[in-house]
Amino acid sequence: MMTIREYKRAESLEEAWQLNQKRPNRVLGGMIWLKMENINVGTAIDLSGLGLDTIEETDEGFSIGAMVTLRQLELHPGLAAYTDGAVRESVRHIVGVQLRNLATVGGSIYSRFGFSDVLTMFLALNASVELYKGGVVPLAEYAQRPYDRDILVRVLVPKEHSRFVYQSVRNSQTDFPVLTCAAAKLADGSIRAAIGARPGKAVLYTAAPEAGETAEKFAARFAAEVKADIKTESNLRGGAEYRRHLAGVLTKRAVCRLEG
Amino acid sequence: MQITLTLNDKKLTADVAPDTLLIDFVRSHGCLSVKRGCETSNCGLCTVFLDDKPVLSCSVLAARADGHKVTTLEGLQDEAAEFGAFIADQGAEQCGFCNPGFIMNALALFREKEYPTDEEIKEYLSGNLCRCSGYEGQLRGIRNFLAWKKAKKETAE
Repeated sequence: MMTIREYKRAESLEEAWQLNQKRPNRVLGGMIWLKMENINVGTAIDLSGLGLDTIEETDEGFSIGAMVTLRQLELHPGLAAYTDGAVRESVRHIVGVQLRNLATVGGSIYSRFGFSDVLTMFLALNASVELYKGGVVPLAEYAQRPYDRDILVRVLVPKEHSRFVYQSVRNSQTDFPVLTCAAAKLADGSIRAAIGARPGKAVLYTAAPEAGETAEKFAARFAAEVKADIKTESNLRGGAEYRRHLAGVLTKRAVCRLEG
Repeated sequence: MQITLTLNDKKLTADVAPDTLLIDFVRSHGCLSVKRGCETSNCGLCTVFLDDKPVLSCSVLAARADGHKVTTLEGLQDEAAEFGAFIADQGAEQCGFCNPGFIMNALALFREKEYPTDEEIKEYLSGNLCRCSGYEGQLRGIRNFLAWKKAKKETAE
């Protein structure tokens, strides 16, 4: 059960950061997971008054505030156009509209859950996170860091002239994924693929077609490389070997769709 | 702490504990259509509108609703009556426990899209669990409601 001693709607990032340095205090995201924890929170720090609930698009990329909801991601026409609908696909299976109206990008990325569709998608998007004190950090690096007490302010997505695809396998609709796969075809023809829900955190792979290699052969080779290398584990949603197999299948399908 | 919000078009100020959840707040103010089901943010029973967007009131602090507009099924009687009666007449549900959350989210869907497709209905309502109907009855009920609404509108025109 969660208890909260005090609630504070932060009036500045500095105030939020100061409050967050005290061990029992916690920043509120969408509160989906926090409320299910057995935790006694000192001060719940709410960032919802700081204007971090917008998605700004420029010629260079997208700046996504930490309090933007997954539903906003799902409905944003610019993100849909840039990612060929991949961002929408990555979040639309997450429980329901009501939950996605609460769950935030900041909460999802900060938490770096293994099962996270959002982390998988944003790794393939080559995103960075903007931390209040820590500056801009590539998400691939941030995903490996231990949890700290900085404030995640925004998620930044560069426009790279890439094409994207997102796939997930679920035992039933709206359940946690058994495996996730987001992939990007970059301007130089190489493929960047993120595989998540292993069930560990998403990991990145890249590969480029060799000279004269057909798309089909490239897809099969890359899929075999991923399958051979990826570390998977078992949980109640799927076995390690099944996940390894899926990693190969989804990688192959992703490459075929991006090359097609 | 003190919060001021608009609940079903009525402005009210109340003292709440910092960890009071919105579901408990609205229920303590007479909105008993809002129910606690799963406790894991999955079932949709506790759906309310927060600034006209459907959310799970079991996962929102009442403090976070300070300064905002909260609407429950009690505040949507006119909008809900026609659809609710139609669903009941169609026998689309069995026990009815999920009905308030289901109606809230269906109304949110109709506000976004007047005549959604089957796939859009299924996707939008995927966060409303029903352990009786297997969803087929609800889908049939919504389809028939939309067809009836369309015919009624065309007749009026």
